[in-house]
Amino acid sequence: MKLAMRLRRRVNRSWQVDIVLLLVLGLFGSFMAVPLIYVINNAFKPLDELFIFPPTLFVRNATLENFADLFQVMKNSWVPFSRYIFNTFFITAAGTVGHILLASAAAYPLAKHKFRGHKMLFTVIVLSLMFSPHVTAIPNYMIMSVLGWMDSYQAVIVPAFAYPLGLYLMKQFMEQIPDALLEAAKIDGASEYRIFWQVVMPLVKPAWLTLLILMLQMLWGTDGGSFIYSEQLKTMHYAMGQIIQGGIARAGVGAAVAVIMMVVPIVTFIFSQSNVIQTMASSGMKD
Amino acid sequence: MKRDKHLFVLLIPYMALFLLFTVLPVIISIFFSFTYFNMLEFPRWVGWENYSKLLWDDDVFLIGLKNTLIFAVITGPVSYIACFVFAWLINELNPKIRAFMTLVFFAPSISGNIFFIWQVIFSGDSYGIMNGLLMKLGFIYEPILWLQNPDYMLKIIIIVQLWLSLGTSFLAFIAGLQTVDRTLYEAGAVDGVKNRWQELWFITLPSMRPQLMFGAVIQITSSLAVAEVAMALAGFPSVQYGAHTVVTHLVDYGTIRFEMGYASAIATVLFMLMLGTNLAVQKLLKRVGE
Repeated sequence: MKLAMRLRRRVNRSWQVDIVLLLVLGLFGSFMAVPLIYVINNAFKPLDELFIFPPTLFVRNATLENFADLFQVMKNSWVPFSRYIFNTFFITAAGTVGHILLASAAAYPLAKHKFRGHKMLFTVIVLSLMFSPHVTAIPNYMIMSVLGWMDSYQAVIVPAFAYPLGLYLMKQFMEQIPDALLEAAKIDGASEYRIFWQVVMPLVKPAWLTLLILMLQMLWGTDGGSFIYSEQLKTMHYAMGQIIQGGIARAGVGAAVAVIMMVVPIVTFIFSQSNVIQTMASSGMKD
Repeated sequence: MKRDKHLFVLLIPYMALFLLFTVLPVIISIFFSFTYFNMLEFPRWVGWENYSKLLWDDDVFLIGLKNTLIFAVITGPVSYIACFVFAWLINELNPKIRAFMTLVFFAPSISGNIFFIWQVIFSGDSYGIMNGLLMKLGFIYEPILWLQNPDYMLKIIIIVQLWLSLGTSFLAFIAGLQTVDRTLYEAGAVDGVKNRWQELWFITLPSMRPQLMFGAVIQITSSLAVAEVAMALAGFPSVQYGAHTVVTHLVDYGTIRFEMGYASAIATVLFMLMLGTNLAVQKLLKRVGE
């Protein structure tokens, strides 16, 4: 039956075009993958292999030297490398958890209770998807200094709680929950908080995995913006910049940091992929 | 009314922060754009002066604006179409390969700012992979300073920007394709849809119009805000302003010269540009499949 479905689905296909399209896909796929493969290989290349001419893509004698060097190099710097790792983890974890909690809490009334003004609130959220953070960078700087949050973790973490994209996706996803389910919970005497926490939240697991990925992508790569000055609070992204500035001498070590940087988001994405796709299915904007 | 109270308790923490860190800054920014403000003295009202200086007397801004529009006109549509085409091609594969290819295309945008690797690929000596390759093949005899030459800079940044651009909208499109009602295709075949291109135009695209709208917003906004890649690869300021954009101009006045009023005017122009483009494109997308 399944096979029959698939055959019928392909009724309008010619195999010549199939082959051309697959070639296109393969070609661009390798364009996407080659730079990543190159970094990963560089991270494992011994010093002499990094500088052979012409340069090679794949490593021949893999070594872990670069990773060992990384910790060696950073041990002698102002703060140990582990501190940068901790800062990045802390900012990412706190910002992501806070965002998921606050954005879901706000998405629930917007999606399921049509109170007065809900349309206008949502329009503002959609509009705010349309400007880049650069537009608000200067006033944000002033707000931070008025709040006295300069040079602190919260200057990066707290604004992340209120990014518009997360609320937007969460609201679109929550709208698909059948009202009957919420009515049933209400008849059983559950309060709005309980309905939100024990009925809605478990149902939108794919959505919060998506927010997890998007926030991870955003915060994991942050350098602390213009808010963080002291060396102890800086992130891995910043440290990576410093190492790469070192130029050729640090090529291997630079690649090693890059590999450490990319492992976490990619692995998270692999594990949450099917859930993420499910959420994005409801991402659409209806006019 | 009592029920409403609970709802506002849920809503308020997010909304308070959203107002404080997104809405308020936009309002402040628009207000400051009409003042002279250097962070030391109290802001002084100057009316439209910043705007007239920006649009008529600032040649560097015009270079930045020109580069930004070149970026946006190329990377915007190309990345948008690429997001869709690759999502569409991947969707035809079987689930295991589909998951793998999704990862391949999505990986660059998620890998946390590792686009510096392109700096190594296009580095100006013979150790750079591009120079090494071209010299080995005999196309060139000495290394090219890719990222210092204004002729190449913009093109390389466009390539890198495209490499990074299969992000959120790409995922939205993959997901959208999976929700298209299968029975529509069968109905289409009965009604005389002859090939995959007709199927695409008459069935697939109209069914995922909401995702197409969402993707357009994300893609337009990011293609007009090019700066980070430009600054990382071509340096700041770039040679002869070859990779100068509206946002790097903003960074220049906002964080180096501390002319906040002027910088705010740049930010406001950028915001208007994004808003206008978004509204125009949304109008256009409503006609897909007609």
